[in-house]
Amino acid sequence: MEDTIAAISTALGVGAISIVRVSGVDAIEIVNKIFDQDLLSAETHTIHYGHIIDNNEIIDEVLVSIMKAPRTFTYEDVVEINTHGGIATTNKVLELLLLNGARLAEPGEFTKRAFLNGRIDLVEAEGIMNLIEAKSDISRKLALKQVNGVVSNNIRELREKIMKLIANIAVNIDYPEYEDILEVTTKDVEKEITYIESKLNEILKQSNETSLVLEGLKTVILGRPNVGKSSILNMLLNEEKAIVTDIAGTTRDVVEGTLNLNGVYLKLLDTAGVHEASDKVEEIGINKSLGLIKDAELILLVLDNSSKLTAEDKRLLELTKDKNRIIIINKVDLNKELDLNEENTIYLSAINKTGLEELKKKIVEMFNLDSINTDMNMFVNADDIAKIKRCLNIIDKIKKNINSIEIDMIDIDLREINDILGSIIGESYDEEILDTVFKNFCLGK
Amino acid sequence: MDYEVIVVGGGHAGCEAALSCARKGHKTLLVTANINNIGDMPCNPSIGGSAKGIVVREIDALGGEMGINADRSQIQIKVLNDAKGPAIRALRAQADKVDYPANMLKTLKSTKNLTIKEAMVENLIVDDNKVGGVILENEERITSKAVILTTGTYLKASIMVGSTRKSEGPHGERRSNHLSDNLKKLGFKIIRLKTGTPQRIAKESIDFSKAKVELGSPKNIYFSFDHHVPYNIDEQIPCHLIYTNEKTHEIIRANLNKASMYGGLDDIEGVGPRYCPSIEDKIVRFSDKERHQLFLEPESKYNNSIYLQGFSTSMPNEIQEKMVHSLVGLENAKILKYAYAIEYDAIYPTQLNKSLETKLIENLYTAGQINGTSGYEEAAGQGLIAGINASLKLEGKEPLILKRNEAYIGVLIDDLINKGVKDPYRLLTSRAEYRLLLRSDNADLRLREYGHEVGLIDDERYQNFLDKKEKIKALENKLKETRITPINGVNEYLESIGSTKLRDGISLYDLLKRSEISIEHIKHFIEINEADEIVEQVVINNKYEGYIKKEEKEAEKMLKLESKGIPDNIDYNKVKNIASEARQKLNEVRPTTIGQASRISGVNPADIAVLSVYLKKEYNND
Repeated sequence: MEDTIAAISTALGVGAISIVRVSGVDAIEIVNKIFDQDLLSAETHTIHYGHIIDNNEIIDEVLVSIMKAPRTFTYEDVVEINTHGGIATTNKVLELLLLNGARLAEPGEFTKRAFLNGRIDLVEAEGIMNLIEAKSDISRKLALKQVNGVVSNNIRELREKIMKLIANIAVNIDYPEYEDILEVTTKDVEKEITYIESKLNEILKQSNETSLVLEGLKTVILGRPNVGKSSILNMLLNEEKAIVTDIAGTTRDVVEGTLNLNGVYLKLLDTAGVHEASDKVEEIGINKSLGLIKDAELILLVLDNSSKLTAEDKRLLELTKDKNRIIIINKVDLNKELDLNEENTIYLSAINKTGLEELKKKIVEMFNLDSINTDMNMFVNADDIAKIKRCLNIIDKIKKNINSIEIDMIDIDLREINDILGSIIGESYDEEILDTVFKNFCLGK
Repeated sequence: MDYEVIVVGGGHAGCEAALSCARKGHKTLLVTANINNIGDMPCNPSIGGSAKGIVVREIDALGGEMGINADRSQIQIKVLNDAKGPAIRALRAQADKVDYPANMLKTLKSTKNLTIKEAMVENLIVDDNKVGGVILENEERITSKAVILTTGTYLKASIMVGSTRKSEGPHGERRSNHLSDNLKKLGFKIIRLKTGTPQRIAKESIDFSKAKVELGSPKNIYFSFDHHVPYNIDEQIPCHLIYTNEKTHEIIRANLNKASMYGGLDDIEGVGPRYCPSIEDKIVRFSDKERHQLFLEPESKYNNSIYLQGFSTSMPNEIQEKMVHSLVGLENAKILKYAYAIEYDAIYPTQLNKSLETKLIENLYTAGQINGTSGYEEAAGQGLIAGINASLKLEGKEPLILKRNEAYIGVLIDDLINKGVKDPYRLLTSRAEYRLLLRSDNADLRLREYGHEVGLIDDERYQNFLDKKEKIKALENKLKETRITPINGVNEYLESIGSTKLRDGISLYDLLKRSEISIEHIKHFIEINEADEIVEQVVINNKYEGYIKKEEKEAEKMLKLESKGIPDNIDYNKVKNIASEARQKLNEVRPTTIGQASRISGVNPADIAVLSVYLKKEYNND
């Protein structure tokens, strides 16, 4: 990490001002080469007004912040250039930096440096990565919370509990003759690991919820032709005109749009009518739809109020029965012919634009989107989820064997859990257990 | 050259060091200030204990003396944690404080190639950073190729009771006044440590009727794997358990400022052991505890001295009288010897290589309390390794380095040289990551091969060991090859012992894996005549297979990091972005592998990540 890196760090929103960030030993010197004021003698944590110049040509009017190591995000010298000139000018500034000795930062490299330099722990690093990628406001708030180490604190608390248990077992092992030190019983272990289990499950659950916020909810609108899928899609999207993106393709391809619901993105994917294939092209469309059903996190299945269930309707109901599904009965303005009694059913008329609020309410309810708004402080990435699941497996195993195996064997499992949790927050345990032993127990010759 | 090896000090480290060198055929001199103190036990009258007991077994497996000598000298022996899993069982013996040193001296005197000399060593002969012998206080020079320092607590020792301080070692022995200063002149970083020992009480003045009796094991057990010294179980001497009470605590609180450590003396530099606090420390730190456990341990069958374990203090004598007399059963106790604290110089152990040779001076080794440890067993283990490695170097061979997954001795030395010490280091089960691999029962299986390789285990003992291994394998195969099927009353038998019925055939080995099935149940199907120690190995490997595999896998991971070498000439100042504390520690320890680097305190995972990247970049090292 001897080179100096630079990148445009404006991922959080396209505004009038962009920030170009430079980090590394030569950061100040490189920026100084393209700035019309002297920065070499600047004090740390100062802001300087001036111009970015290229061969005497003024590129932009900027503010430059000088932050010298170690009180910076990366623990290295950091310079931030606030530009005004929009994307093209900002790119030009970056280009100049690269020409003068900086290297283009890889995605997340600032964060990586902050981690490697010991500035932040792993979970915090991941939080910042999410921040960079977060799109909606809530996502950003969430990412900021995580930077504060909420998950870290939660896991740290669990590790403290495990460590206390391990320390007590250690004392029982190393000082077997001290009768007035409480012997850890299987009951004690059971109580603690049950608590840890519930906490880890909670982290998983909340993380799952927050990943909805960060990554959006893959929503598929299904239905046989002519039930009104497209008009429902349009009705939903018309509510949120701002963020519609069409993906080019034939009419049989999937149309995608996004809808912001309580800060959570619904990624709406329309499908070609799913029905028995009658030609080659449709077959491709159908296979694609079946694949979509598998990946979808929410299925909106549209049925026609004015006709009886067809074989195809039944097939779709069967295909989606294990998914998060809302059945939309469209065309309530027409006479009722449909006879269906299923959970999570709402009625609407796409033509009259009625029933939309009810649909939104249903989605909010189904994914607890209300509670997400108020309490979103957990997010762990896939790797960490796997680790937490490993811990849960070990806990499960302990519970199964708790009456047929010695405490000191269970202790081996507890140590493994402690290690895995430690690896999530990038802490090793080392002397921690011994310190706990000596802090909490009275022993000696 | 007068000798090949000179060992300075006759404590537990010195004895093992001298014996291993002499037994390996090297002309060895043991210099000690007082021959009568050879193999002395100045503190507790016991050998072994959790983790430490396993070290004694390891010493025996490698061909050391402590196990055999403890067996010869014990007046009570038991298995600790007997009811718990096999990983944490350990032996502890009450060793006779008269017999133990006497037996050890006898062994030393009858060992070929070994000379004992009574003298005080005050300096080293060093030429071009290579040791060449020792200089006595009378300026006499004795030359040798290697020197092993095992000076215990005698470097600038001072004994403290209340507000008095005397410049002497345990038992009022003379201390070495200049050796540690001379080591400092050679460039060594010297630290000051402190420890203490409790009162000795006259047996006849104690009313034992109110104390709980603590007996030895009802079965004959031994530290040594193959050198069993017979003893009579009925002649074992009991220990007793008593408690402090509120009155004791009051006396201590009222007189706290008179204790040397609490203001009685204002010039104490030594850092005392965390795990061995004085009674006043315990009462201050754990003020809500109503009582503390104390053990009455007999010191010898030849005298009336009882060791009051748990009551170590630096209070003045008159307060100690009051404290002791407040204890139930000790109202009229006669104190034979007052408790005291002792301060001494030690070498900061990160200055050692894994072989226990110092980094500064070639062929100079150190072992025992001089390296910042505490305990007879820790000392003996290091003494043995230092002796073996000094000899191997003379023979032009590679040193014996025990890994953390091979021996507690390996854990001990690895901790010392990588982490250094703040207070006297005591080995604990919790210091070992792979304790299920480092059991008391399998120390020979782990280490005897090494013992034979270095030449301390003769062919006959080695053959016995190979036979044992063979028998374990044979019994295991027998159980794996013998299958039972659900006929002839097999299921009825299984149900009668609370197990589940068979549906298909199963090997006895797999049947034994069921948690409710013991080896006794297996004997229902097959005759098992093998000795207990053979059966035990098969059962442990069977019952704990999953956990053993788990630890083996963890150990493999560690060994992989251990195989990532760090070049000798690495300049840590060129490794940017590591924390300055880590840089300083890395420069101090100069680890030889990434694995070792990761265990240095103050070096955190991020530093290791940076270092790995640097090595990869600079040395193309994977």
